[in-house]
Amino acid sequence: MEKHVLIIFPHPDDEAFGVSGSIAQFTGSGTPVTYMCLTLGEMGRNMGNPPFATRESLPEVRKQELLKAADVLGIKDLRMMGLRDKTIEFEDPEKLVGIFIDAINELDPSLIITFYPGYSVHPDHDACGAAVIEAVRRLPESKRPKVECVAFSHNCEEELGKPDVIRDVSKFMNKKLDTLDAHKSQTAGLMAGMKKRLQANEEELMNWIQFERFWTYPFENNDEKTGS
Amino acid sequence: MDLIDIAKVQPLIERFTGKDVYIHLETTNGAYASHFNEKTFSAGAYIRNGKIRYTRGKITGEGPYRVGLKMDLGWIYAEGITHWELDARNRLLMAGHDREGKLAVALQISETPFE
Repeated sequence: MEKHVLIIFPHPDDEAFGVSGSIAQFTGSGTPVTYMCLTLGEMGRNMGNPPFATRESLPEVRKQELLKAADVLGIKDLRMMGLRDKTIEFEDPEKLVGIFIDAINELDPSLIITFYPGYSVHPDHDACGAAVIEAVRRLPESKRPKVECVAFSHNCEEELGKPDVIRDVSKFMNKKLDTLDAHKSQTAGLMAGMKKRLQANEEELMNWIQFERFWTYPFENNDEKTGS
Repeated sequence: MDLIDIAKVQPLIERFTGKDVYIHLETTNGAYASHFNEKTFSAGAYIRNGKIRYTRGKITGEGPYRVGLKMDLGWIYAEGITHWELDARNRLLMAGHDREGKLAVALQISETPFE
């Protein structure tokens, strides 16, 4: 059983897609989960159809959705970090690394979940993951928590191999769907299509909901590489 | 937001003429565009709190609309505008949403900086 799990993602809803079942499993078994969400997704393009949010009201909408998602998942420690959507890769990497090192020192997590740098499609995802990896890399080897990464670029399995952690979260399927539903401004269109597919018990979708996949970051092979 | 009505929006654009204003201008096809379709050439641009002054401003077209702002030494324009709102802080928010409602372009004018 994990002692404390630290989730680090850049956007409200990043936790919903491939990780919410795992989070529900952790909190359900009494493991505290801290979620550091770097931005409020200020640059999201989904605004409702017809649009119910503006560029200026969207951050507050997404903040409320994030609070609701954290509530659904039993996350007691949600940290909104105040960075801005789509700017993570332009920030000073040392600033991010410092924030993450401070959090690791404070919380002493046994497991961190973030994006796999280079394999996570959105520049914010890759930059977030790279800074988390760098923060952990700087710890003495004996003090490093495990780092499980989410990856979904087209080349990820080809280059990283199959994910080595596959968590069966079928018991938490409803929490996962409720979490996706909490992020309405981003997921309303998706959910509409998904409900039909769920009724049809579509295998690929059920598989996506019931099993969450992660790559454990291999520090021992990458100690020199990630320093750059 | 409301659908563009030129008769309502044009006077609001003119309200800011000759004043120091802050501009938010962005256009994007989204960070996932080339992930979902490899043929898409992903491009976008974003400026927030550009401080400018314009001497004339106009909204035109048959919908989606175009908005152009003429400055002493140059121009700003946005194409694809479909919606507008004058928010509680008297900021003129104009946006273009695609057929799925996704934001494709935004041009916003304010006398105070955007947060």
